[in-house]
Amino acid sequence: MIRSRRSRRTTALFVCYGAIALFMLFFLFPPYWMAITSLKTNQEIESLKGIPLIIQEGVTLRHYRDLFAKTDFLVYFKNSVLVTVPVVLLSMAISILAAYGLSRLGFAGAAVIGTGVFLVYLVPDSLLFIPFFKILAWLGLLNSKWALVVVYPTAIVPFCTWLLIGYFASIPKELDEAALVDGANHLQMLLRIFLPVAVPGIIAATIFAFTVSWSAFLYPLAFTFSSNQQVLTAGTVTSLIKGDVYHWGGLMAGALLACLPPVLLYVFLMDYYISGLTAGSTKA
Amino acid sequence: MHLHGTAVDVAAPARVRSTRARLSTRLRSRSAIGLLMCLPLLAVIVGLVVYPFFYAIYLSLLNKRETAFIGLDNYRFLLSRDTFWLVVRTSFLFTFVAVLWKAILGLTLALVIHTLPTRGQRIWRGLSLIPWVMPLALSSLGWWWIYEPTHSSLNWLLALFGVNPKPWLSDPFWARVAVILVNVWYGTPFFMITYLAGLKSIPQELYESSDIDGASGPQQLRYITLPMLKNIIAITLLFSTIVTLATFDIVRVLTRGGPRNYTHLFGTYAFELGIASGDVPLGAAVSLFMFPILAVSAFFILRGIRRSTA
Repeated sequence: MIRSRRSRRTTALFVCYGAIALFMLFFLFPPYWMAITSLKTNQEIESLKGIPLIIQEGVTLRHYRDLFAKTDFLVYFKNSVLVTVPVVLLSMAISILAAYGLSRLGFAGAAVIGTGVFLVYLVPDSLLFIPFFKILAWLGLLNSKWALVVVYPTAIVPFCTWLLIGYFASIPKELDEAALVDGANHLQMLLRIFLPVAVPGIIAATIFAFTVSWSAFLYPLAFTFSSNQQVLTAGTVTSLIKGDVYHWGGLMAGALLACLPPVLLYVFLMDYYISGLTAGSTKA
Repeated sequence: MHLHGTAVDVAAPARVRSTRARLSTRLRSRSAIGLLMCLPLLAVIVGLVVYPFFYAIYLSLLNKRETAFIGLDNYRFLLSRDTFWLVVRTSFLFTFVAVLWKAILGLTLALVIHTLPTRGQRIWRGLSLIPWVMPLALSSLGWWWIYEPTHSSLNWLLALFGVNPKPWLSDPFWARVAVILVNVWYGTPFFMITYLAGLKSIPQELYESSDIDGASGPQQLRYITLPMLKNIIAITLLFSTIVTLATFDIVRVLTRGGPRNYTHLFGTYAFELGIASGDVPLGAAVSLFMFPILAVSAFFILRGIRRSTA
């Protein structure tokens, strides 16, 4: 009986590793294909001979050099940073305040706002971009990267608030009550006592704010047109594709580099990322 | 479109309301401060979601030049167009097929990872999330190159198994398959991570005692795992339905709705009409057709969460 269970376990593991291999092939093939294309010479990319999945004629960094020297890639990069940093700071400030207020200072309507935050998060960008287009035109912000700072918090603030509400709820109430009894006001309490304890939740929310802001595509595509106002996503997709001949090497180099900041952030802060992603789902 | 993560924790604020009895003045100032702290949030909700939403409804009732109020004519016009019905069919088909595959593959992968020795799980879980972390517009660009007609690496791979090359992106059927495949690639990690968290929360004793009773693996899956995950599965499905229906990036980058409008979804078609062709009211009308589906899904998600936290 024990022996048969052990062999059952071995078979199960065997099947599982086979399945994992297939899944990894599926998940990692696109970034792999992008990476090797970006390192191939143009002749090799165009060539239909040989095995396309490996680099046979030597590695070249030309596509990356051209990206910096001959395209507006660095402008897009700078714009992405200029948009993302204020969006993250602003969204986090709003979310932390609101989450603290909602989870700690119970007041009439707090539950309604909590549900509202959740519902608002479900309204997608592909429904809101058209009215935003008119509103931004009215504000004189069309074709300006600052328009993105105005609209990005739409999805980010509700999500981060909601993530933080869940996180704050896990911090013992005695902590802040004790500080308040000692005469601290709510803002002091929030800044000096509460936030240091809530750091993991805040990091998770910040990663999300950054990733969503960096990855946004519909809004920059709809609201910015000039090369000097575009961010990485829309800039790479629209402006790096010119004419009928696609420069696949350069295009893949650009796409890959543009992916790098959120991917690196994920690699180094994976545990925060996943805890944010699964927060709550285990409580259900 | 990101971050469908904590779908489940919406009931939190209700749970954590203060229960301590305090002096009434103290209470009053407390709630005043609480409300004050929520003001920026309320400004975002009202200014960036509620107002634009109603403004979209208003816009959809205007004529193309936005000079006259024409009632429901935009909606009537859309409903009389074959192209619009094609968009409706494609949107539903895309959402249904993509969500189904993401759920099946996500659950499979979660079960697979859960079966592996604990120390190996971290790395596989970490690698699995890569598609979800890459900005979708940019990875779609990579997929575009994978599907490229003459140099398609996918066709090259298929040829190894003796499968004929497919006209990805240029044939209506294969273009739809291509778009769905990218969405499944992108969304499966999210399902996996949610289901995996669910699996970890199932008490191990249930499996141990059923082992003693001689239950087989499939029986445990059928009678323990799936019932325990029922709520998480339902909420994730509904959540993904909303996000998938609202897809924009993949279609815009891969096909721009083509060939012959066969891959247009509500979002990309609204963009085409509203921004690219400059008919803002008609575009607004198209995007508002998503709303009933969003509202129904949101209702059931909320109900599911209430039920699971009650």
